[in-house]
Amino acid sequence: MIEARVLHRFPTGFALDAAFRGDGLTVLFGPSGCGKSSLLAAVAGLLRPAGGRIALAGEAPWFDGAARLFVPPERRRAATVFQDARLFPHLSVRANLRYGGRRAPHGAPGPGEAEVVDLLGIAPLLDRRPARLSGGERQRVALARALLARPRLLLLDEPLAALDAPRRAEAMGLIERVRDAFGIPMLYVTHALDEVDRLADHLVLLRDGKVLAEGAAEALSLRTDLPLAARRDAGVLLPCVIAEHVPARGLTRLDFPGGHLWVPPRPEPVGTRLRLRLRARDVALATETPRGISIHNILPATVEAIQPAGPGADFVRVAVGPTPLLARVTTDSVARLGLEPGRAVVALVKTVVFDHAQL
Amino acid sequence: MITPEEWQAVRLSLEVAGRSVLVGLPLALPVAWLLARRRFPGRTLVDALVHLPLVVPPVVVGWALLMLFGVRGPIGAPLNEWFGLRLVFTTEGAALATAVMSFPLIVRSIRLGLESVDPGLEAAAATLGAGPLDRFLTVTLPLAAPGVLAGAITAFAAGLGEFGAVITFASNIPGETQTLPLAIYSATQTPGGEAVAARLAAIAFALAVAGLLLAEVVARRLAVILGRAA
Repeated sequence: MIEARVLHRFPTGFALDAAFRGDGLTVLFGPSGCGKSSLLAAVAGLLRPAGGRIALAGEAPWFDGAARLFVPPERRRAATVFQDARLFPHLSVRANLRYGGRRAPHGAPGPGEAEVVDLLGIAPLLDRRPARLSGGERQRVALARALLARPRLLLLDEPLAALDAPRRAEAMGLIERVRDAFGIPMLYVTHALDEVDRLADHLVLLRDGKVLAEGAAEALSLRTDLPLAARRDAGVLLPCVIAEHVPARGLTRLDFPGGHLWVPPRPEPVGTRLRLRLRARDVALATETPRGISIHNILPATVEAIQPAGPGADFVRVAVGPTPLLARVTTDSVARLGLEPGRAVVALVKTVVFDHAQL
Repeated sequence: MITPEEWQAVRLSLEVAGRSVLVGLPLALPVAWLLARRRFPGRTLVDALVHLPLVVPPVVVGWALLMLFGVRGPIGAPLNEWFGLRLVFTTEGAALATAVMSFPLIVRSIRLGLESVDPGLEAAAATLGAGPLDRFLTVTLPLAAPGVLAGAITAFAAGLGEFGAVITFASNIPGETQTLPLAIYSATQTPGGEAVAARLAAIAFALAVAGLLLAEVVARRLAVILGRAA
């Protein structure tokens, strides 16, 4: 697991002063210009920071400013997937894939070529030149090439930013499978929230070269004091399992700790784990259980905290069993309903809000 | 139609130009790489020095070589004493003079080739475990190959016609240092040599055009092989 503290000042005057640790798939998230890609470059060894320390937990450091130690990128085995793929144009796809593996030490653990080629569906591309690949194919080959370098840490620098929407969704699914199949720690840079929702185990929020917050992605999604909450789609990340498909009613039931949600039919088989973003503005609160209402999801809950969410609105954090949710309601409603911590309420969530397919 | 003496001049020209490329290429590679990829103190000076033969009169280059590599020159004397290598008035000397004159052309072409290689690809190779020399040999050099080859061919074609530096440094000895342009010059100085001069000039012209065409064809072929063009 990576532990990094990076101090650097660029000729432009931009200063980077960030410390974080990684855990599973760690996402470095922030607006463009926040320093996330520079941070990744420092971990890769492509940028030599002015100071700080970068190390895999419990191992000799890759970089130590105080000790004037700098391990060059080729000896870090931190294979990187770039936004622009950077496949070697003079080599076939197959030769690209083998480039890293041939340079890895003998006996280094890592997935085999057949396994990776199969998982990423690139078998038909092996004899082609990179110039003959589409954008999505290039990213898949770049991901495979990095995996086959037997990396100790896989770095991904906005790997989906150059893809159109359908290719992005497909590639996200593949990265998810890579994450679950091979157990290689990953450091993932993005400014797209849907990638955070779907992929992040651990989240590092960056702004202006500094770390605003870091922690488990689900825990951070609850924090209303972070810029994440200022977004229109602010809301909690809900770990769910597909519990039941009811084709007759056109519904799927998702279980989460403390309750369940009815959502539009989903393609995954029963038992699949997935994570939903339940947006605060899609959750309504009532002080008694309504009757004769179209809403399927009526969840008994307890108010835990109320925080301002901009002019005239509040975030109300409620607990459904052990699972916290956020509801964005008007300050007027909070007063009218007499909401306060400890108060029993019901949280109402329309089924169709999940229509936009959080795949 | 063409006398043995004339053929000798053509063959000698090819030999001198070929040897000049063999000497120049290995030196031009690191220099071009330094200029393309490294920022170091004195870089401008190195750049200017490399380009000097383009702007200085060739006779002056020949004279400078004579001073340095003459049998009593600071480089020529030890070469002569230790290795028995005499450069003045020899074919080797003609090749050296030609190599110096074509050095700017070959460095320029290689440098353009190297600068066309995306440093991002080298960075990618580094994260995949390739060290500096490995990256240069497996990524940078193959992708810069069109520039390297074009440089070698252009230098060869230009080397066939080098006159001033060769005649100054290596003199005009038939069968030894009398290359094509020197033979043409001699012919024009000889009464009744017009026909000889015309024939040799036609050969020089044909060789130059062939060289340029070859450079073009090779560059295109390589672009396809390297996946740069469809």
